Amino acid sequence: MDLENQKRVKELAEAHGAENVVVVLGAAEGEASGIAAETVTAGDPTFAGPLTGVSLGLKVYHICEDEIKAEVDADIYDEQVGMMEMVLNLDEIATEMKSMRDQYTKY
Amino acid sequence: MNSVIKSVAYTLTHAPDLVIQAGTTQSTERIVNPDGEYLKALPGALRSFEDAVNYPPNQAYIGGMTPQQLAEIPMPWYENGAESDRFGKFGEIMPQEELYLLMQICDCFDLVLLEAEYSEKAAKLTESHPLFSAEIAARIKPGVELEVIKNEVESNGAEGLYHGGKLVGCVKKAHSIDVNLNAHVILENLVSKATSVISMLHLVKNSGIDPAVVDCVIDCSEEAVGDMNQRGGGNLAKASAEIAGLTGVTGYDLRAFCAAPVHAIITAAALVKSGTFKNVVVTGGGSTAKLGMNAKDHVKKGLPVLEDVLGGFAVLISENDGINPEILSEYVGWHTVGSGSSPQAVITALVTDPLDKMGLKITDIDKFSPEMHNPDVTKPAGAGDVPESNFKMIGALAVKRGEMERAQLPEFVKKHGMVGFAPTQGHIPSGIPYLGFGREDMLSGSITRAMFVGKGSLFLGRMTNLFDGASFVVEKNSGVGDTGSISEEQVRSLIAETLRDFAKSLGGE
Repeated sequence: MDLENQKRVKELAEAHGAENVVVVLGAAEGEASGIAAETVTAGDPTFAGPLTGVSLGLKVYHICEDEIKAEVDADIYDEQVGMMEMVLNLDEIATEMKSMRDQYTKY
Repeated sequence: MNSVIKSVAYTLTHAPDLVIQAGTTQSTERIVNPDGEYLKALPGALRSFEDAVNYPPNQAYIGGMTPQQLAEIPMPWYENGAESDRFGKFGEIMPQEELYLLMQICDCFDLVLLEAEYSEKAAKLTESHPLFSAEIAARIKPGVELEVIKNEVESNGAEGLYHGGKLVGCVKKAHSIDVNLNAHVILENLVSKATSVISMLHLVKNSGIDPAVVDCVIDCSEEAVGDMNQRGGGNLAKASAEIAGLTGVTGYDLRAFCAAPVHAIITAAALVKSGTFKNVVVTGGGSTAKLGMNAKDHVKKGLPVLEDVLGGFAVLISENDGINPEILSEYVGWHTVGSGSSPQAVITALVTDPLDKMGLKITDIDKFSPEMHNPDVTKPAGAGDVPESNFKMIGALAVKRGEMERAQLPEFVKKHGMVGFAPTQGHIPSGIPYLGFGREDMLSGSITRAMFVGKGSLFLGRMTNLFDGASFVVEKNSGVGDTGSISEEQVRSLIAETLRDFAKSLGGE
């Protein structure tokens, strides 16, 4: 995850309380989603950014997961995400995201 | 009349030592993790010049093989290279020695020093190079003692130039306190300039154009040239044109992150179509910052460092000659401030909005050329197959618009797309890599039209959260040019017809 984004996530978690923050990802691949999810839960696996060694344990979902889809107006979801739903490997992304949440999310 | 894609040139420059020295992944690592395993393992993972030349995607970029031929080679491509020529029909792959020498040739302020023996060897190499003319070679400066270079690097803030890990030269800082003119910035800018120059030299050769008749050069590369009073002042375009011998040109730099080449082609096409200029060159040199961008993943997975080349290209856009493919200036696509940044909103703005204006369907475009990143590089880094994702997105939009069935999506990707073959140099993959083959495909009649799409991540500059992008369509020439395409006889018959109509109208009154 971009170092500057790591910094922003860290600051937002500090400002609002980690239990009140949900990170929503839009990565195009299972592996990239997993790395981003790991970064905001267990800490930066690349040991490069501000979240190195910082386990925020945030709630984290991909925009294409059912939990988030259920929160969004169906028409707007179709207009903004419908095309990507057809393109992405949703099962791979969901499996990767669930695995990271099960292991590292504290809330 | 629409302007045409008259000629195209593509170059790569192998710069393994600059991967270590100037790639931002590596410079970041030197700050945050200087004793880590990655920096220790990196030199051993660099490729030789021969390996870079034989690498199939590099050959496709310089025209040594077609994208179709590349697709037939099994991946990973780094394991399946065959002995190849450094020169292809669009350009070449240049070795690091020649790059350093060309940087010195491009240096007008005595900032590049090369060690005497190294300089002589490099100069010898260029003797057989078809484009290093006597005039260009005359700019080579005498070499210096290694001690002088060492002193500049250790005591005066110069950036060392290395070959095989050995110090062979340096780039000096150009100002005592201005960070915009420090040695690192000058190195970046000279590399961009040198790789733009070699691309323009190939363009002049490929097109056969008299350099004196080129009117304007637009540089769309990645760096900002300037000083502390104007960080992005420019003008790399004229600076490069001077060395490339385009003495009659004006020029300027156009920056728009990775979308800059597409914006530049749209601008150049409009300048020619409007009659402001007859011949405009769009050029873009390479970016040192992006060398080894994904190398941490490559090294971790036991791959060679595949991002070891600087990309360059140059395109000549000219008045309609009735032959070369036309740029449809009236139907360009652009991402607006209000477009939104979801992939769907972006593809709609860039692909379907202009097609709707033209009354065409997505499937009426024979080939799409979006971000043409080499998947051999991006897949092991977890970024997937970028061009394939783009073709799938465009196809999915066609499904949503009812232009084809969902089951046809895989076939659409195959038929209207192609494998990615461009180095991950930011602006370089953005649509432009297929202009060369696309022009040939339209000249041979194997396709009618292609769409070129560039996208840019404006949020990286922290001035806005907006996204950016632009697109243009190139179409097989309709056969009617700007000049000389209507014969005297046709003119006579047109006049006769008009006079007849006039006489008739008089008789009727």
